[in-house]
Amino acid sequence: MDQYTLNLLIVGASFALYVGIAIWSRAGSTAEFYAANRGVNPVMNGMATAADWMSAASFISMAGLIAGVGYANSTYLMGWTGGYVLLALLLAPYLRKFGKYTVPQFIGDRFYSQSARLLAVVCLIIISVTYVIGQMTGAGVAFSRFLEVDVATGLWIAAAVVFVYAVLGGMKGITYTQVAQYLVLIVAYSIPAIFISLQLTGNPMPWFGLFSTHSESGMPLLQKLDQVVTDLGFTAYTAQGDMLNMFLFTLSLMIGTAGLPHVIIRFFTVPKVADARWSAGWALVFIALLYLTAPAVGAMARLNIIDTIFPNGPGQEAVLYEERPDWMRNWETTGLLKFEDKNGDGRIQYYNDKAAGFTEAAAQRGWAGNELEINNDILVLANPEIAQLPGWVIGLIAAGGLAAALSTAAGLLLAISSAISHDLIKDYLKPDISEKGELMAARISMAGAIVVATILGLNPPGFAAQTVSFAFGLAAASIFPALMMGIFSKRINALGATIGMLVGIVSTCIYLFTYLGWFFIPGTNMLENVPSNHLFGIAPASFGPIGALLNFAAAYAVSLATDAPPRHVQELVESIRIPRGAGAATHH
Amino acid sequence: MSDNASSNNKYWAANIRIITICLIIWAVVSYGFGILLRPLLSGIPVGGTDLGFWFAQQGSIFVFIALIFYYAAYMNRLDREHGVDEQ
Repeated sequence: MDQYTLNLLIVGASFALYVGIAIWSRAGSTAEFYAANRGVNPVMNGMATAADWMSAASFISMAGLIAGVGYANSTYLMGWTGGYVLLALLLAPYLRKFGKYTVPQFIGDRFYSQSARLLAVVCLIIISVTYVIGQMTGAGVAFSRFLEVDVATGLWIAAAVVFVYAVLGGMKGITYTQVAQYLVLIVAYSIPAIFISLQLTGNPMPWFGLFSTHSESGMPLLQKLDQVVTDLGFTAYTAQGDMLNMFLFTLSLMIGTAGLPHVIIRFFTVPKVADARWSAGWALVFIALLYLTAPAVGAMARLNIIDTIFPNGPGQEAVLYEERPDWMRNWETTGLLKFEDKNGDGRIQYYNDKAAGFTEAAAQRGWAGNELEINNDILVLANPEIAQLPGWVIGLIAAGGLAAALSTAAGLLLAISSAISHDLIKDYLKPDISEKGELMAARISMAGAIVVATILGLNPPGFAAQTVSFAFGLAAASIFPALMMGIFSKRINALGATIGMLVGIVSTCIYLFTYLGWFFIPGTNMLENVPSNHLFGIAPASFGPIGALLNFAAAYAVSLATDAPPRHVQELVESIRIPRGAGAATHH
Repeated sequence: MSDNASSNNKYWAANIRIITICLIIWAVVSYGFGILLRPLLSGIPVGGTDLGFWFAQQGSIFVFIALIFYYAAYMNRLDREHGVDEQ
């Protein structure tokens, strides 16, 4: 059986599994759709939350970004896990006590203001659409590889599949489907990592393999990696990074995590306030199983790629283009890996041609510039092929990547469509809309969001994980401060919260669009996205915490200058701080 | 009623105290050891690199998990002590 058929079979089987579980578990619980999680134990719920959370950014893109840069991209690892501490300590228990279903509802009630609620809806839509662009980018890469088409075609196929998947709708809400997706995802991620760790270090645990000895050279793996990358003019893998941007970017991802509507919603539905605290912990345990493996995947793949291109070490001749391995041929069809024989010697010279001081050495060896371009987003998917693992492992990783991208994209699209059809149209614009009309509005807004995300995904503002990180910056600057002030301060009033959110979202959007193009449309940026143009050296993706700070400051200043919130709102804040008396969550 | 209110205030103050302690640890392992203090820890070798690298790529994640479980257990006890747990 060839690889193409095998991929289709494995991906097909994984989809059949999700649909099967959805149908099976639906039979008994259709009426209890929203309360489905109440009977589920916190461990299972944690697994489902982990599947919901880990998207194409975590699965497909993140290890590739770490591989490309090394230590400086550890920000993704800390940022996308540390946010759960904030969720568990600062938000989840109180929002559970509050007991409504959506983030805009909380903001509307706590700040006793319809305009605060509408603004929260607008923020939610901006955040979610940006997030979906990243998912489409990742899903496009996965489809283009396993259907062997170019990346633009892969993206449109992904758009069609996401649409069908999201319209099936209810599937998303069923915890057991997500448990299955989590299992597929984690097995698909771990198996190649274990094989590769065994090959390179003899240690079957990739977590520890990363810090153990490279069998072939007898050197510690990370030292060996530092050596080969610096031999090719790249920055050392473990080299120090830009501290200011690492700090701000990590903070942006962490507080963004705690401000993402589709993550927060998961904690509204657990049975008790105590469970909201526990389930954040269990979710992080299951997320960590992937996140502790990811740095090993990144480092080992980088070493394997260089070893493929320079089989006898970077000091010797590079491999002949005609003798390149199959994985390179496969990925060339997607357009995500490109070779250009600049010096005409038929060999693939892969090095950093922008490194000062390395150009001379390269010229002496007859090299005329870097000849191989590898898109970071292909690394995790190509990893089993690079390490020459069996065909079923390659199929499995495609299934895992698609599970990650599709489950998160569908969840976000549901959040967008319910925000538009319910919060915006039903409760505000047209309260007399029929149920049928509401459903139609939901479908239309979902289709609209997919089309917008796909078109922007054709020329994405960054790799999947980078694009997703912009969504986190926006969430950090708008939703998180509003929620936190709503719980921890009784003094913040309607006007303060509204102006705070407005200042946060507008300042962050403007900073992003200035460097990345208005609404991420390529070519419309006002300044080139290079460090010398950045305000105080702050990269666009790191701006979230600054936006959050502006949000906090504006909200406090305006609230102190105006009247305190009415008595009943202050009592509401008192009551959400105490677990006792939490009833079942109610839907609007 | 005033008894109840003062007990609730004590409960909230104890909660703020434990949140502050946990968030200090949270910040020290990630922003501290993982990023800003890495140069200070560069002398401590861990598997071919230094302790700061380990905290940035793995160590802080272990600490995050421990913090959440510790906080959950602590608060569930505090809820009972102040009689504000769910029955």
